[in-house]
Amino acid sequence: MTTQRIKFYQTGTYTAGNRLLDDEARTVQSRPDRTNSLNSGHRACQGCGEALGARYAIDAAMRAAHKRLIAINATGCLEVFSSPYPESAWQIPWMHSLFGNAPAVASGVAAALRAKGHDDVKVVAQGGDGATVDIGFGCLSGMFERNDEVLYICYDNEAYMNTGIQRSGATPPFARTNTTQAVGEAPGNLLGTGKNVPRIAMAHGIPYVATASVADLHDLEAKVATAMGMKGARYIHIHVPCPLGWGSDPAHTMKVARMAVESGLFPLFEARAGRVVDRTKIRRKVSVERYLELQTRFKHLFEPCRNDEAIAAIQAIADEHVATYGLLESEGL
Amino acid sequence: MNDKPFAITLDPNSSLANHTGNWRTMRPVYVDRLPPCNHACPAGENIQAWLYLAEEKNYEAAWRRLMEDNPMPAIHGRVCYHPCETACNRGQLDQSVSIRAVERFLGDLAIKEGWRVPCAPSTGRKVLIVGAGPSGLSAAYHLTRMGHRVTIHEASDKVGGMMRYGIPSYRLPRDVVDAEVGRMEAMGVTIRLNTKVEDLDAAIQEGGFHATFLAVGAHLARRIDIPGFDAKRLLDAATFLRSMESDSPIKIGRRLAVYGGGNTAIDVARTAERLGVEPVIIYRRDEAHAPSFKEEVAEARDEGVQFQWLRSLAKGADRTLTLEVMELDEHGKPKPTGRFETIEADTVVLALGQKADTAFLRNVTGARLRDDGTVEVDEQMMTGHPGLFAGGDMVPGEQSVSMATGHGKLAARHIDAYLRGARYVRPHGHALATFDRLNTWYYTDAEQSKQPLLTLARRRGSFEEMVGALDQDTALLEARRCLSCGNCFECDNCYAVCPDNAVIKLGAGNRFAINYDYCKGCGLCAEECPCGAIDMVKEVK
Repeated sequence: MTTQRIKFYQTGTYTAGNRLLDDEARTVQSRPDRTNSLNSGHRACQGCGEALGARYAIDAAMRAAHKRLIAINATGCLEVFSSPYPESAWQIPWMHSLFGNAPAVASGVAAALRAKGHDDVKVVAQGGDGATVDIGFGCLSGMFERNDEVLYICYDNEAYMNTGIQRSGATPPFARTNTTQAVGEAPGNLLGTGKNVPRIAMAHGIPYVATASVADLHDLEAKVATAMGMKGARYIHIHVPCPLGWGSDPAHTMKVARMAVESGLFPLFEARAGRVVDRTKIRRKVSVERYLELQTRFKHLFEPCRNDEAIAAIQAIADEHVATYGLLESEGL
Repeated sequence: MNDKPFAITLDPNSSLANHTGNWRTMRPVYVDRLPPCNHACPAGENIQAWLYLAEEKNYEAAWRRLMEDNPMPAIHGRVCYHPCETACNRGQLDQSVSIRAVERFLGDLAIKEGWRVPCAPSTGRKVLIVGAGPSGLSAAYHLTRMGHRVTIHEASDKVGGMMRYGIPSYRLPRDVVDAEVGRMEAMGVTIRLNTKVEDLDAAIQEGGFHATFLAVGAHLARRIDIPGFDAKRLLDAATFLRSMESDSPIKIGRRLAVYGGGNTAIDVARTAERLGVEPVIIYRRDEAHAPSFKEEVAEARDEGVQFQWLRSLAKGADRTLTLEVMELDEHGKPKPTGRFETIEADTVVLALGQKADTAFLRNVTGARLRDDGTVEVDEQMMTGHPGLFAGGDMVPGEQSVSMATGHGKLAARHIDAYLRGARYVRPHGHALATFDRLNTWYYTDAEQSKQPLLTLARRRGSFEEMVGALDQDTALLEARRCLSCGNCFECDNCYAVCPDNAVIKLGAGNRFAINYDYCKGCGLCAEECPCGAIDMVKEVK
């Protein structure tokens, strides 16, 4: 008699929920009682990855904090589309000040809560890549080095989208933006520019740094829950496709994000006190072309003639990530 | 205005005031599509639906769902050639779901637990069924469930038709047939054995039947002569296999030649192998062109059956056969080469197909017979004679147990409609759930479970069942490999991936709805639905 033990459910390991799973094994997003922190009626574009990422992250944080949470928002798409005067799509205590000072405001809120003895209330700060990587970077670094009691979440859509798709320090090489047009000898964003804020955050030696993707809900929620369970400054960098700025089909938001992870271009890892401690392995490895071809911001790499050199350079970045983080089954960490 | 702070002119408001649904050009709509397994099932089972229930360990409900279409799951779980598994979308991912093994598990469990199916109140209508094979039994079951009074006239001394007299017992143990047919008798089906219908009109008159279903099968073997070979040692497959069910099986000597390349030839050879005979299968074309199933050929070879491909029977002499070597032309047709070989054989069994014995219909007005003995029926499965229906192997079409069982169900529906003075119209089916509509990312890799096989040593000299059953855990695992193609299985993906909270979760068993006030029509839900149960349709203003 051949017997196979049931180790997992055939569906449910990757889907948001599943009727066959225990409640605890389902995601926060599959629950009827999720907070819906960012509610219907917000004005994000169709298929917005950032709106999705924000709801995923903040709903998970709300659950971890037993709904005792204050969110500080930097200026950016997320702030603009969620709070056009006099409406708000937020169903949580939420506050916006300036483009560059969200980490500082969050530090202040945390200090005020401590002063008032509200130890049970948690603080989350959030912003796009512009606010995080460029404009608010000084405040962010300060928040990190002081190890303030804040979880900072960056929704990385790789450019300033709200103001009309300008390059940021998180824009990938060769991507077309309105300030890095696909013309001239080196079309698109320059290779060798930009910065890697998760690594910079790690260099501060803060307790927890992680990268996540809207395409991997289980992984994202687990990282938010881990971060919420820790003290001090924590940082999560979430990859969120922007159909408008990337020129991708709104229906492909998940697919694009998934291809970024599966190609190795966006590695998913966790670091504690400056050291990488875990990574999410690639399940079905794909070449970077599967990712690039879904977005018109990389169209100039394929038309009118294929730019093999550029594609190879992008592939090299992905390969480097695979090797550095051990993203394949056979690779060690 | 004056009661507001400086520079504030509007009251705070929720974003819910902003109905973003008016941005939409495409609208997501939940659909049910026809899974390929259901589409391929000759018995018309809703396989996806009963697997869905089995996945929840709700085995009795799964069995009851199955029984709505097929009254013999334990039999089909053994002998069906599972076109469902050939069509299964999972086959394109890793391996198809072992549907037949799960069906057998449910069928066996029902027998063990003694589950019964309820019947509708009696309609007072009486139906005669001729033949207790798969189509006759299937029709009897469905008609009885509908409240009609059914009597089956069976010519043989046992029930089952080809399930007993055509399929060897190492593939289908007879106690399984008895159990599933016994369950029908317990429901109220009357079976009169040893009752061959010679005069149909008289039989109908005598019983006062309001409708009749003919399901006599195809038991007449197609034969050829082999010049020079003793006709007493020239048998046909039907006679040989049938004799295995009697108290005195036909003696076939030591060396047996089976002529034919179909599954029946394999059944004969493997039966002979179990009797300690050395069988050789002779077929005019090669293995690739043989109509038998590849796994049957492989299993027969494992058991020691010899094959002589590309040979035809030319003539015989005392205990020898002369074979002509054939070759295939470009169309795959065999051509003689003029080269001959001789082999030894004590007996020859012809496995060249079977015809229906429909001579008793010659005098029935309106019944039209074809040259091959099959009887023509219209789309209601009715012969030219009002109230006289026919199905199974005796009507033109593919011949198999599952096909016959499907005929029985369909005939029951037509007969039921006829008895009510109505006409049964097949409901309009759903569009097919094709593989390209699936988002297979969300399915966990899981290899097909294998059923245990009897060791070769134990197969020889014994008619013990060759293929073993899946145990409960393995059957559950196998059921859960189902992708639920085209039918929502409540994975919550649409609810989770909507950036606008525009998917409403209706709670367990009730699936989901779209809140069109806020749905922007991005299409993420449809794209990320694993099973392809959401369509994007153009918005009509």
